[in-house]
Amino acid sequence: MDLTITKTIDARGSFCPGPLMEVIRSMKAGAVGDVIAVYSTDSGSKTDIPLWAKKAGQEFIGVIAHEGYDEIRVRKIK
Amino acid sequence: MAEERLSMIVFSGTVDKLMPMGILAAGAVAMGMDVEIFLTFWGLAALKKGAAANLPISADFAAMGPMLQEIMQVQKVPSFLDNLRDAKELGNVKIYACGMSMDLLGIKMADLDELVDDVAGVAHFIERAKEGKMTLFI
Repeated sequence: MDLTITKTIDARGSFCPGPLMEVIRSMKAGAVGDVIAVYSTDSGSKTDIPLWAKKAGQEFIGVIAHEGYDEIRVRKIK
Repeated sequence: MAEERLSMIVFSGTVDKLMPMGILAAGAVAMGMDVEIFLTFWGLAALKKGAAANLPISADFAAMGPMLQEIMQVQKVPSFLDNLRDAKELGNVKIYACGMSMDLLGIKMADLDELVDDVAGVAHFIERAKEGKMTLFI
């Protein structure tokens, strides 16, 4: 996938709502256009983060399943 | 129209019941809601400075206590205090101590963790909670 990831957060081992909170912090600190990828072993993240993105008006790009964790990508659009 | 606020009365003082309080506060803030917590009885006692380290698990599940404690230590699970601090950092969270419980249990503001903002009575909680979308008793 030809997508430049601005920031990667390794939240593996972190518990709900940890990964989501990390995404929110990075979004706040980031610039419009930033793509953030978070690695999570928390199974709730792949539903929580897209829901948050929709609520917050940010773009949910997608989830990539890796061996033992998910990579969830979002883009700051505002 | 009801306000985007989660109100929680926290009566329980066992670690297994306080964890959801912390996670719900953080989750609500993550989803753009304000949070107000009203600590009463054992929930208030649990927010005394230093109390968090020694809280029991609820009696029905006492046998699971040591296992739960070990898992939480090994996997570095955040405490409810950690979740409350995160929630306060990222959103609008107010934590009130029930005045009656303070009197009953002999607790003063100075005894409480700095996360606790102020003292309030039941009328304050009722008034605030009825204007908000979600209210929980923990």
